[in-house]
Amino acid sequence: MTHLDTELAKLKQQLFEMWLLVISQVETSREALLNFDKGAASEVAFREKMVDTYELKIDRDCENIIALYNPVAPDLRLTLAVLKINADLERIGDFARGIARFIKKSPKKSINPELLRVCQIDELIKNAVDMLTDAKTAFENENSRMALSIFSQDDFLDDVHKNSNKIIADYIRKHPDEIDEALHLHSIIRKVERIGDHCSNIAEEIIFFLEAKVLKHSGKKKL
Amino acid sequence: MAKIETIDANLYYGDFHALKNISMKMELNTVTALIGPSGCGKSTYLRLFNRMNDLIDNVRITGQILVDDEDIYSKNINVDELRIKVGMVFQKPNPFPKSIFENVAYGLRVNGEKNKSFIEDTVVHSIKQAALWDEVSDKLNKSAFELSGGQQQRLCIARALAISPSVILMDEPASALDPLSTAKIEELIHELKKEYTIVIVTHNMQQASRVSDYTAFFYLGELVEYGQTVEIFTKPKLKHTENYITGRFG
Repeated sequence: MTHLDTELAKLKQQLFEMWLLVISQVETSREALLNFDKGAASEVAFREKMVDTYELKIDRDCENIIALYNPVAPDLRLTLAVLKINADLERIGDFARGIARFIKKSPKKSINPELLRVCQIDELIKNAVDMLTDAKTAFENENSRMALSIFSQDDFLDDVHKNSNKIIADYIRKHPDEIDEALHLHSIIRKVERIGDHCSNIAEEIIFFLEAKVLKHSGKKKL
Repeated sequence: MAKIETIDANLYYGDFHALKNISMKMELNTVTALIGPSGCGKSTYLRLFNRMNDLIDNVRITGQILVDDEDIYSKNINVDELRIKVGMVFQKPNPFPKSIFENVAYGLRVNGEKNKSFIEDTVVHSIKQAALWDEVSDKLNKSAFELSGGQQQRLCIARALAISPSVILMDEPASALDPLSTAKIEELIHELKKEYTIVIVTHNMQQASRVSDYTAFFYLGELVEYGQTVEIFTKPKLKHTENYITGRFG
């Protein structure tokens, strides 16, 4: 094992730790939202600082590896992929904190389960967590086929987001006294949809690392 | 049209098969880097193009080695004329024990040039081309040995340029130089390729990636992979090449 191999292994290890933390942040924000649990929401806000710390550390380590070891070919692709995935994970962490912030700041003690149901919040966030978990497994096992499967998982999030204007408008018409919560839920759907987009970006980076193929802006999510 | 081409080139040192069926083309005004571990045949391959291997006993060469579509190993080739066309710069700077001016003028003089003003103009032009003029313009009559290693190497490049070659072979031209002198040589290579076709042997991967347009990876006398430098250093086709450029060789 070369010195660079050791550094890259350490870099990956840190990214996996950050990844697990971000998965846990999204899951906890889901629980906080479904149970209107302000304690869980506070926990997400607190742990966001840890996500940021990981981001800074991984950024610096990637910079050092490029400067000190001049990686090429797969080593360079791995370093660049980690750098980009790092940024994606940090943004996903921000979205989880955004979801938690709504619960933490809400003056109410509960949310109408009917609103959660029509917005398919549980399914949406579970889908996002699955994408995030599958992406981690694909990266860990260097499995480009699994990375490719993530693109189709994004379709559900996109569909719900596309229909969310109508869903929220209908809900507000039926429950005019819940207009604030409904609008917040609309913004949460948008956040979850963005999490899905970042997971798709991560899948692109994994394929770039493994196959040296750039799928970004190609419109073709096929190898 | 390829400036240099080899077709099934083989070279034997006695019984030792040092180059095995090497076929590749080098385009006009490009820099091609030859990389590979010690003993892989890259310097031997480089020396095919100015017939430097002729000076070694028991060497046998087969296949075709073409410069400007002409087989340089055919019987009617004048080796002195070939070496005017194909200049060479070596690993260690090897100036003659003469003045800076005379070092550069030497090639012209031995080739029979007598016109003083032509010699003077050519020497100045060559030293300028070798990015050395600003450092030596006021001491052209001083001994070449007074120059630093990096300056001596650029003087040797100026000496090679003075006889108007169209190909320059460089055998690890910066391996004995400090980083600043290395950077100057690399910049110079970048400038020179506008007018010359350059083939460079280097052990320094970063140097190969910085200066060359094409890279050829040699191993045990075989050409393993040859392609655009950007491709070789980002997505080599073969695992063997990948292992070498990433330092996981062997």
